Amino acid sequence: MNLNAKIPEGPIENKWENHKFRIKLVNPSNRRKYNVIIVGSGLAGASAAATLGELGYNVKCFCYQDSPRRAHSIAAQGGINAAKNYQNDGDSVHRLFYDTIKGGDFRSREANVHRLAELSVNIIDQCVAQGVPFAREYGGLLANRSFGGAQVSRTFYARGQTGQQLLLGAYSALSKQISTGQVQMYTRHEMLDLVLVDDHAKGIITRNLISGEIDAWSADAVILATGGYSNVFFLSTNATGCNVTASYRAYKKGAGFANPCYTQIHPTCIPQSGGHQSKLTLMSESLRNDGRVWVPLNKNDCQSDPRSISDENRDYYLERKYPSFGNLAPRDISSRSAKEVCDEGRGVGPGNRGVYLDFADAISRHGENTIAEKYGNLFDMYERITGENAYKRPMRIYPAPHYTMGGLWVDYNLMSTIPGCFVMGEANFSDHGANRLGASALMQGLADGYFVLPYTLANYLAEVGANKPDPEGEQFKTAKKSVNDQTKKLLSINGNRTVRSFHIELGQIMWNKCGMARNEKGLTEAISQISSLREQFWSDVKVTGKDSDLNQELERAGRVVDFLEFGELLCRDALNRKESCGGHFREEYQSHEGEAERDDENFSHASVWEYKGEKETPIKHKEELEFNVVKPSVRSYK
Amino acid sequence: MEQISPFKRLIASSLGKKYLMALTGFVLVGFVIAHMLGNIQIFLGPEAINTYASKLQNLPIAIKWGFRLFLLTAVAIHVWTAVLLTIENKQARPNNYADEKTVQASYASRTMPITGLIVLCFIIFHILHYTAQVIFDYKDLHYDLNGEHMHDVYSMMVLGFSHWWVSIFYIIAMGLLCMHLSHGISSMFQSMGWSNEKWRGVLKITAILIGAVLFIGFSSIPVAIMMGMIKPIIGH
Amino acid sequence: MRLKLKVWRQKDQLDSGRLVDYQMDNISEDSSFLEMLDLLNESLVEKGDEPIAFDHDCREGICGMCSLTINGIPHGPEKLTTACQLHMRSFKNGETITIEPFRSKPFKITKDLIVDRSAFDKIIEAGGFISVRTGSAPDGNAIPISKSDSDYAMDAAACIGCAACVAACKNSSAMLFTSAKISQLNSLPQGKPEKDRRLLSMVSEMDRSGFGNCTNYGECHAVCPKGISVDFIANLNRDYAKASVKNLLKTIG
Repeated sequence: MNLNAKIPEGPIENKWENHKFRIKLVNPSNRRKYNVIIVGSGLAGASAAATLGELGYNVKCFCYQDSPRRAHSIAAQGGINAAKNYQNDGDSVHRLFYDTIKGGDFRSREANVHRLAELSVNIIDQCVAQGVPFAREYGGLLANRSFGGAQVSRTFYARGQTGQQLLLGAYSALSKQISTGQVQMYTRHEMLDLVLVDDHAKGIITRNLISGEIDAWSADAVILATGGYSNVFFLSTNATGCNVTASYRAYKKGAGFANPCYTQIHPTCIPQSGGHQSKLTLMSESLRNDGRVWVPLNKNDCQSDPRSISDENRDYYLERKYPSFGNLAPRDISSRSAKEVCDEGRGVGPGNRGVYLDFADAISRHGENTIAEKYGNLFDMYERITGENAYKRPMRIYPAPHYTMGGLWVDYNLMSTIPGCFVMGEANFSDHGANRLGASALMQGLADGYFVLPYTLANYLAEVGANKPDPEGEQFKTAKKSVNDQTKKLLSINGNRTVRSFHIELGQIMWNKCGMARNEKGLTEAISQISSLREQFWSDVKVTGKDSDLNQELERAGRVVDFLEFGELLCRDALNRKESCGGHFREEYQSHEGEAERDDENFSHASVWEYKGEKETPIKHKEELEFNVVKPSVRSYK
Repeated sequence: MEQISPFKRLIASSLGKKYLMALTGFVLVGFVIAHMLGNIQIFLGPEAINTYASKLQNLPIAIKWGFRLFLLTAVAIHVWTAVLLTIENKQARPNNYADEKTVQASYASRTMPITGLIVLCFIIFHILHYTAQVIFDYKDLHYDLNGEHMHDVYSMMVLGFSHWWVSIFYIIAMGLLCMHLSHGISSMFQSMGWSNEKWRGVLKITAILIGAVLFIGFSSIPVAIMMGMIKPIIGH
Repeated sequence: MRLKLKVWRQKDQLDSGRLVDYQMDNISEDSSFLEMLDLLNESLVEKGDEPIAFDHDCREGICGMCSLTINGIPHGPEKLTTACQLHMRSFKNGETITIEPFRSKPFKITKDLIVDRSAFDKIIEAGGFISVRTGSAPDGNAIPISKSDSDYAMDAAACIGCAACVAACKNSSAMLFTSAKISQLNSLPQGKPEKDRRLLSMVSEMDRSGFGNCTNYGECHAVCPKGISVDFIANLNRDYAKASVKNLLKTIG
């Protein structure tokens, strides 16, 4: 497997500039000769489709939802980072770069992260021009808030709906291209396979989710913007439809899968209330700006009314352990600390899996109205779900799987190890290392889609020339057949267990053994449990309905098939990475104080997994990470 | 899109129809208010109302008929647009809900077509009754004031409302008209875009108040006649 | 909790569809409405029946995918709440709940409770955008926008495109959706150059799709999970009149 990251020469500040000059272009009149497939219509997919369409390429964009506007980017609440330094508080591209590298626990690629920090400023400009209603100050200028893992205010936001507003911006630009015919949009289409012709990605196979038809589509390049895989845990903050299928099928076709074990557990989610639960709901991390996190000092107080517990009997554990960052400690650290106190038996709420996020101080300082203006929608949402009023009593929160830093390996050009297969946004692995900072996912999705891929794709297209294969060709027929075979097989088993029950069981294995804290024994067990669960699935699953129809059970079954294989890969990676870093915490590798211990000597690399066949163990390759600008240090937020 | 003339495009659009409804509604509301103010002069006695009526009757023919035509056109447009809107709105939901609930729309707003239709029937009857006078003949009613010879509108009203069914139909129609207006007036402002969150409440209350005042004003006449509070002129 | 459900079942677009009764026992008050349907579907699959098809995705009230009319009200009885955020504690034990799809001529029923809302995308395609080439934007702070204008735009932009407004309107009018998008873009300085063009074109697309006419019932606002105000409709009414007159004068002049 060739893992040449193709990082351009020169000092880090000039790499992207130099690269843009050196790479090939496609002249405007030639662009219409090229066809591009984009899978996914979230921030990355929609922004790339809009931009490529506007440049003159013929774009086909696919999404499984009924409209491109519904992609899960829409759910991001808190904001988007940009090194604008509008607050005059010492921010700069270099500081954003530094914070992101450090936040990622020195497991990301310097050149990519620097480019991301550089482009962050353009994103804000672009979105403002599109009519995204970012919050403003009375003077009419853009407002900012601070966010976890940073000591400057660089987060731009649109109430609690930043993701929605940014996605609607990208969606509107995409809609314009759809209206001109430059982009053809295929909604309710799910990608089920990637097709390679002469080792280049040249097309995909989709299932029309309404008619059940299996179609082959060919193009000059395929771009995957299909999001993350948190739903491997079953309960996560992802939309119920989010899945790993597109990425996993690409992996099976030869794309390297990098760092699957880097999963982010978000600290501020609403705790689970019972076995009926289908998903967990995130409360924006911005709440930690004003809320104070605590648990009772004594176990006996856990079930009593939190308001009756006096201050000296409360443990504000984040403020205690990390005095300088306090409640704004990065996500991985906050999550793990919550787990620790709950493991000590000091958790609150059902099953003692929860900690308090208390706004009493902020309310007495700023008044209820100010707090309501800032977080009103979140407080309302909390009340709808739990039936509790957070103005009156502290919220209960608990960590939940939220984002996955791992993904398909890409080089500096966002191309995977399969030539012509590009990967953007959460689906790739490139920018966040082992832990993503808050408000950086939106930034990465849009940077990839608006500003990186349109350049780097041109370079590839100019190199290979327009050469779209016939979608009736041999490779497409074979791929279609294998997709059809799997569908037929799923429908024919007619066992005793529902797809959902398998997904729930997989999720429990993953959460218990490969969640916030992992160890060798648990991971080894998980691998064998998943493998036997998979066998059981293929002999005992029950999928009702037909393939030639809208069949949500069949859709779910297809996704769970891939999760059942992918979960094992994730555990394997976690087992292999014998260190603790970012979202990956191995209990064997921690300091006396319980802090994560990185092993830079042996693990300063991205682990890239190569698929070797159904019965074979995948092979791990390494991309060694070089740190020329920021020297890895112990990541301290004390 | 570019080929259609802007005028046709405006009229054919859903918003164009709203404007037509609102503007003709505006004219008709104005007329109804003026009409009521004219009618209640009956309480001031035969002299007042007959003088007022004769003034109107003696307007130059072009103005009188111009005004009548203007009103008729407004009615015609209002009705025609209403018919179009109703048909289109029915078509927009071919299959109804098995269980349908209303969260906030007022009863008046939901019954606009039917109240409108009944009021229209009433208007036709009313014109046949008092203007064309083909239902009862009132041509021989005369009134003399200081030597001036004029039509005795006072007696015509008294006689007209002495038929109980006429009065009842009249009162019911006025009730429906005013219900129609209690939504119509505030709706008119919303349709023209002269409404916002602050004013919406005020407009709604004003519309209901206007409706109520009109109802009381109009129906006080047949009630007063039936109860004998307004008496026929002796000798007629 | 114990519930009786009457659920709309319809095989495909051509089928005529009917309400089917289901009995549910042991439902937790803390479960969400969709989780209750999940459980029903699980039991149907176990019996070998086809589960009820319904749209859902984010389940946190923002993607706009869920589209159920619950007891005659789109998204159910709670104000400012999507069906996915509705919890069973809003219902009484023993209650009968009727679940139907969003009904409107442009929204064909695809299956059971799933409808095709692509007519909304078409309205946006007709002009719900500000034309700005990627990379050509001026600095974000180049044009100051007063907080009140920006708040107004944000109020309008909060629409999630779920189409409950259409489903609730007695006339199936899409005015709330259309006017919200137009008001957002037209109220911002960036959106001004395309203002008239945008609203004329989006309104004609809305009309062409077969939505009904707005007769100011206000049901749309009452069921809107994001509380979008009918002020935006008034605003569109006013601006459309202005734009049409301007357009008219141009052709005469």
